[in-house]
Amino acid sequence: MILEVCNLDYDYGGKPVLQDVSFSIRPGEMLGILGPNGCGKTTLLKNLNKNLSPKGGCVLLDGSDLEDRSKKDIARNIASVPQDNRVGFSFTVREIVSMGRMPFQSPFEGNSSEDLAIIEDAMEKTGVTEMADRFVNTMSGGERQKVIIARAMAQTPRILLMDEPTLHLDISAQFDILELVHSLSRSEDMAVVVVSHDLPMMARFCDRIMMIHDHRIRAIGKTEEVLTPENMRTVFNVDAEFHVDPVTGKRSVTMHGSTTGRAKSTGKPN
Amino acid sequence: MTLDRRKKTTAMLLVLGVAFLLLFFLELRWAQFWPLSIREVWDSLTGKDENYRIVVVDINLPRVLFGLVVGANLAIAGAVMQALFKNPMASPYTLGLSSGASLGAAIGILFPIALIPEIVTVPILAFIFCMGTMFVVYSLARVGTQTHMETLLLAGIAIAALAQAVVSFLIYFAGEKMSEIVLWGMGSLTVSHPWSKLPLVLVLSLVGIIVMLLHSKDLNAIMLGDNHAMDLGIDVKRTRLTLLVASSLVTATAVCFVGTIGFVGLVIPHIMRIILGPDNRLLMPMCVLGGGVYLVACDYFARILSDTLGVLPIGVVTSLIGAPYFIYLLRRRKREVGWI
Repeated sequence: MILEVCNLDYDYGGKPVLQDVSFSIRPGEMLGILGPNGCGKTTLLKNLNKNLSPKGGCVLLDGSDLEDRSKKDIARNIASVPQDNRVGFSFTVREIVSMGRMPFQSPFEGNSSEDLAIIEDAMEKTGVTEMADRFVNTMSGGERQKVIIARAMAQTPRILLMDEPTLHLDISAQFDILELVHSLSRSEDMAVVVVSHDLPMMARFCDRIMMIHDHRIRAIGKTEEVLTPENMRTVFNVDAEFHVDPVTGKRSVTMHGSTTGRAKSTGKPN
Repeated sequence: MTLDRRKKTTAMLLVLGVAFLLLFFLELRWAQFWPLSIREVWDSLTGKDENYRIVVVDINLPRVLFGLVVGANLAIAGAVMQALFKNPMASPYTLGLSSGASLGAAIGILFPIALIPEIVTVPILAFIFCMGTMFVVYSLARVGTQTHMETLLLAGIAIAALAQAVVSFLIYFAGEKMSEIVLWGMGSLTVSHPWSKLPLVLVLSLVGIIVMLLHSKDLNAIMLGDNHAMDLGIDVKRTRLTLLVASSLVTATAVCFVGTIGFVGLVIPHIMRIILGPDNRLLMPMCVLGGGVYLVACDYFARILSDTLGVLPIGVVTSLIGAPYFIYLLRRRKREVGWI
């Protein structure tokens, strides 16, 4: 257990967003956070690396409160891939990946030989070495996402937070990114927390799933235990069935439609 | 830094160095009717020649020094603002800061306060108005932590128009100080009692520039996005505030002594970024050098043109060069996104 969230509350100006949220994150696992729009998923993610501070409860990294740690110290342990990865300036890939070493350096320090080795390693692991000298503002969304993941890996993190990592990507790029992150979580023994709306992808890649509903954790556990028709109905108002994909052995989902709409169209009482 | 960028940096330093030496000599030898010889310039500088001392040491030398400092201030402030707002068209001039500062300075010049000398009140008022303008423009354009390029520029234009209108209003009632203010408003490196003002200008500028340089690495991460910077352990809010205050300080310092000199903060960071790349650790010091040399060059052109046209303010030259460049940037952006 590296990160522990205990009874976390958060609100925006008195409007509750998260209430009494408790869970923990283990090394080497992929935890998916699901929930309808505005349920507080992104807010929760921001609380996990002190981008926001909890209004109640606490977040413990290795048993010590994030509030007692500096942002830099947290960045040495927790990396994150934000939703928006557009870059308006012509940085090269290597320059961006190098920024992952900033939490380890003083404001004027350049890259040491150790930093350089870590940067090369991070690019190697994420498969962006060939693009090292290309300008990131000329790349496709999927390529850019890989560069940002490489930058996060240069932080040699034990936890990686991702907010909607597959948004705006085509299907092949979506698989690329999630397969990459999944294999990194195994090879680096790194915990990955993914917030996403992409139910099929989450079912395919996550070890555990958390569902948030009405500001609280509705369910958390192994993917096959949480992805149930009942939970889908309560949290999303959607009729869904889950099967085991014969090829991957993972969950796959079939969604029939919203519970309200379906009741009308089939005339069946719900 | 790639090998390519290292070579370009060396080349840029070389060009700036040669240009500076050339301009330094050309500016110093400038006299009303005939240029001085190298010997006369040198002897005046070393105190051997008293005939041309006034021209070289009291008029021409401070002009060059003011040009260097003011150009450096405006260029680095532009570089910082473009990075902070992730907006290639931001600069002290286009966001209305220069106009705000000039309003403050104009008030200071026109309404002297008894007992407190002008050299104290004018910079303070310029700084206060510059900061005020910055925060009004920023809060007008801000949505959450995002600012849109278009709203930011429009807010800048609106506030600049307002500030300029008030300045014009003040000028109208300025009486005998009218011509002084009008000339100053157009931007000119001719400063009265320059040697008594230079130490203050240097100190204020150095403080601002050093603060900005200290944040150059953090600014790189902010250019990627505030979220990225926060995730890398940077206190984005504090850094942004510090940098906004520092850029207001150097802008106000420039404006209150030499008036509004437009587009330096737009053109120089841009050209430097195209040639040297966006890394602020290299870009910002190069903007300091490049901005200084550029402004001295513009001043020299203004003097050459003045020969036939009468006194030509340097702000006219920088705008004649900068405004078309700004239009070119707008056109390029129009091509990129279809509209602006």
